[in-house]
Amino acid sequence: MRESLLNWRDYRYLKASLLVLLASVAVYASQHFGQLTQPPNGGTWQGYVLGTAGALLIVWLSLLGLRKRRYRSNLGTVQGWASAHVYLGTMLLVIATLHCALQFGFNVHTLAYVLMCLVIFSGFYGLYAYLHLPGRVVALEAGVAQEDRMEELARVDVRIREASSRCDANLQSLVISALDLTRVGGSAWQQLMARDRSRVTVPGGREQQARTVSNSGQAVVIEHLSSRIPDARKQSEAEVLNELLALFGRRQVLLQQLRREVQLRGLLKIWLYFHIPLTMALLVALLVHILSVFIYW
Amino acid sequence: MGERLHIAIVGAGPAGLSAAGRAAHHDREQGRSTPSYVLLEGFSTFAKTIQKYQKGKHVMDEPGFLDLRSPVPFVAGKREEILGAWDESIRAGLNIRYNAEVVAIAGTRGDFTLTLQDGDTLQAENVVLSIGTQGNPRALGVKGDAESDFVRYTLDDPAEFQQETIVVVGAGDAAIENAIALSDYNTVYIINRRGEFSRAKDGNLNAVLAAINDKERPFHCRYEANVAGLELPAAAGEMGAIVLNTPSGEERIACHRIIARLGTVPPRKFVESCGIEINSPAADAVPDVDRHYQSNVPGLYIIGALGGYPLIKQAMNQGYDVVEFIHGKDIKPADYPLLQEQFSGLPYVMDAEAVLDLYQSRIPMFRRMNPLAFRELIIESRILVSLPPAEYAQAPQKGERSTVFIPAGEPVYRHGEFSTSFYTLVEGTVELQLEPGGPWHSIKPGQFFGEMSLISGRPRQGDAVVSEDAILIETPRRIMVKLMNSNEEVRRGIDLIFIVRALQAAFRPQLGLQELSAIASRVDTCRFNAGEALFTEGEEGDCLHLIRSGTVVLSRGSDRLVVAQHHSGDLVGQMALMGSPRRRDTATAAVRTETLKLYRDEFLALVGSQPEHVATLQNRLSRLLQQTNAMASQPEAGRAIAFLMDQGLGEATNALVIDETLCVGCDNCERACAETHGGISRLNRAAGPSFAHLHVPISCRHCELPHCMKDCPPDAIRRSADGEVFITDSCIGCGNCETNCPYNAIKLSYPAPPKPGLLSWILFGRGSGPGQPETFEPSAKDKERGKKAVKCDACMGQAGGPACVRACPTGAARRLSPDEFVQLVEAR
Repeated sequence: MRESLLNWRDYRYLKASLLVLLASVAVYASQHFGQLTQPPNGGTWQGYVLGTAGALLIVWLSLLGLRKRRYRSNLGTVQGWASAHVYLGTMLLVIATLHCALQFGFNVHTLAYVLMCLVIFSGFYGLYAYLHLPGRVVALEAGVAQEDRMEELARVDVRIREASSRCDANLQSLVISALDLTRVGGSAWQQLMARDRSRVTVPGGREQQARTVSNSGQAVVIEHLSSRIPDARKQSEAEVLNELLALFGRRQVLLQQLRREVQLRGLLKIWLYFHIPLTMALLVALLVHILSVFIYW
Repeated sequence: MGERLHIAIVGAGPAGLSAAGRAAHHDREQGRSTPSYVLLEGFSTFAKTIQKYQKGKHVMDEPGFLDLRSPVPFVAGKREEILGAWDESIRAGLNIRYNAEVVAIAGTRGDFTLTLQDGDTLQAENVVLSIGTQGNPRALGVKGDAESDFVRYTLDDPAEFQQETIVVVGAGDAAIENAIALSDYNTVYIINRRGEFSRAKDGNLNAVLAAINDKERPFHCRYEANVAGLELPAAAGEMGAIVLNTPSGEERIACHRIIARLGTVPPRKFVESCGIEINSPAADAVPDVDRHYQSNVPGLYIIGALGGYPLIKQAMNQGYDVVEFIHGKDIKPADYPLLQEQFSGLPYVMDAEAVLDLYQSRIPMFRRMNPLAFRELIIESRILVSLPPAEYAQAPQKGERSTVFIPAGEPVYRHGEFSTSFYTLVEGTVELQLEPGGPWHSIKPGQFFGEMSLISGRPRQGDAVVSEDAILIETPRRIMVKLMNSNEEVRRGIDLIFIVRALQAAFRPQLGLQELSAIASRVDTCRFNAGEALFTEGEEGDCLHLIRSGTVVLSRGSDRLVVAQHHSGDLVGQMALMGSPRRRDTATAAVRTETLKLYRDEFLALVGSQPEHVATLQNRLSRLLQQTNAMASQPEAGRAIAFLMDQGLGEATNALVIDETLCVGCDNCERACAETHGGISRLNRAAGPSFAHLHVPISCRHCELPHCMKDCPPDAIRRSADGEVFITDSCIGCGNCETNCPYNAIKLSYPAPPKPGLLSWILFGRGSGPGQPETFEPSAKDKERGKKAVKCDACMGQAGGPACVRACPTGAARRLSPDEFVQLVEAR
């Protein structure tokens, strides 16, 4: 088993976090012994201990961003930090919950809590992505890099253009429009959705107007080509149609792979666009929370 | 035909110019009105190799420790400045004749006849050959093929030409690269004499075929076509034409320009035709010359790169010296003070020249070497003197160019250290181990050691401990390789001892040196190119192989399942002599490999003398069989190893491998590399091939015998004792290493601008952030200094190890040696 973020150094930080967990629960539980002047909350000395621990933890967790960029640093490895970040970040959920003792309201304190939860859950997604998506990308790529796939697509397109020049005008315009109206990528949202937005212009006949329809999965073109092959009058025509069919078949696969790859790579990155800004917001909310507690003490 | 000249200098490179300058000085002193010498240049201008450098290239004046002694000026600087200074020297009155290629030299001292290409002849008493080793470009061989604006044999900048029709003649890499680059803006015809592009590298082959088939690209090819004639343009700017003989008849292509890239004619044939002997068949062998640079033909002198001195300053000094020698002045060479300094710490006071002679006579192997080569060897070597620890503590260390003191009783090298230098013992004794924990062997004066790592490139095996008052010559690998390539006797001597010691290490025989040498002389040294088989599964074997350098992969079955990999010092195929003769595996060289082949008789003689060691060998074999069996039952692991070997990792010592199932593509490894190495990343994560979740990015693998170190004029590429191959500041940016590296791990780059601190970037947005984009505009000063080679140094000297690995957040990046590959692929 390779060392991933989770089993780093034989689960060193899982063990550390469990100790932290036990300690936190013990501190929290100690509120129930002796005379209860007030119910468990953030204002008891236990609450302050847990709150201080939580606040320090938040600051430390956000320092990963700095450590990651201190390339000369010898303070552990980035992988070690990331492993600790994952486990201690998870523990933060428990510590903060015990700190507030489930007292929620419409105030800045709860806002800080909610932001913290959002940060942590976006982190959970990130962990899931980091652990599972690289393997999916590898399986999809099967040793062929994205650029090579793009190049193959370009070569296929060149050959399609060439073959289509030997077809009748209607078919040629259909085929060329399928090439021109193919869409891969797009906005961040479109990349993540990976919906095929390709279109094709079907030339009009005697009664019909030309119309542009969805060509998702290159299906319209492929169907059109395959339905025309049995009607081919000349052998040369059938050959061109067969060639085009084969090329579009390959094109269909390449496009699907590219879209999926773009999607997976997007999914690997997108969470950071939430995780980091939310962390910034959390730090601000935390500061306000601490100041206001002291002011209204 | 005119009067007989005193000196004819052939080749107007730095060496030739310097010689001509000195000859002119003598003429002036003697008050001669007509020059007594001539400088003949086959090309239309002087110093053509330097003229061909790109504009503004910074030319270095290595070696820094040597002073220039020449009437022609030379200091490090821009190509234009240096060429300008030389041009001035020529204008000041050098008797130079351009377009005067010498095609034959006949005769001897006092009576040489030089024949020029145009049929003209010259008489001279002495001839100085300073033609370098570049050779002349092979000409088209038809009328009008002289270099002109229309016919060119080089292409500096493809962007110089646009909207033209250009014919490129040739099918090698240079022709293909030129043709493809030109076809971006021009119509290009490439003329191939054969029916296919068989000489080209794979990458170029694919590129040229793609270009030919690309309908959008104005790129055409004529196969099996020979150049039959040229029609030169009537006036500048007009079109000329080339006439081809093709299988379908004669074809005329009108064109603006012809670029002929037909390779060069190496000067060896010409040199030998003058009667000069070159004693080794090696491609880079140089002729022998005496102290006065005189070859075996009296009166015929050889200086500069052709004599084995590729650096400009050395060549210019020789140009000066050779003219002094011809004039009968026995001056001390410019390197005399260097020798004096090197010998300054010896326990006796002697003139440096006398020490040189003494040492040469004391070392049997060097005794018959030519004195100049020995002198060069000493200048490039370190002189080590061992002192008792108490004295050593007080001894002054005056640097590498002086005598180097070492403590007696301590190892000169330790087991596992990456050093490849070669030691010759002049006085004292050295105790040598051939494997860790193995028996000790005594080395006596006149003997040498360290040949193991010299030849195999692997780390040292066992320690070498030096006695008191020992004197050693430590010679760098590149000097020894040069010597072994040009001196057959030295090569054979070192080879024999290598084999003897390899046998001693492998079998620990209780035999005298004589018997061992007799066995060693019967052992065949075999060479295998990558992919060649040592033996094949199923055949009957009667020998075993002891790997001398390189890596051998054992595979099994029809799908060539890899079951084991072996490195230098390992035995392969010993089963045939220790079990059943039928080969159970196919053994293939993973990289260029050399082995020693031992037959049954020799094997029995070796092991028969030491029966106790047989048990050790048998134990090793059975452990090996367990390992191969384990691998054979994991086909996936075998295929992954085969992939790694295909990527040339068999010759790696420290390679970056990325586990793609963990890699999230954050490129933090590249950023860490850039941030810790002056802003330029030495690795390219995304590039490089992948297989079975393993990705081999483009990054230095610190090869056992680094290809990049082969041909570095200032010897700027070094290897540290821990094995890191790195480039020192003396890099001159020549690009040889970039060309020689088969893994594209070296690039030439301008220094990156310094970075603002992290906080000032975050808070004030100053400069670029961590993990900069690598596109930057070099400053004018940097541009002037030129690009330097940059490569991975495995973060040597940085605590914590390679930054790329330390910066990987998911643990995907790892640096491994081949021994760890099995664990890597099995662990999955």
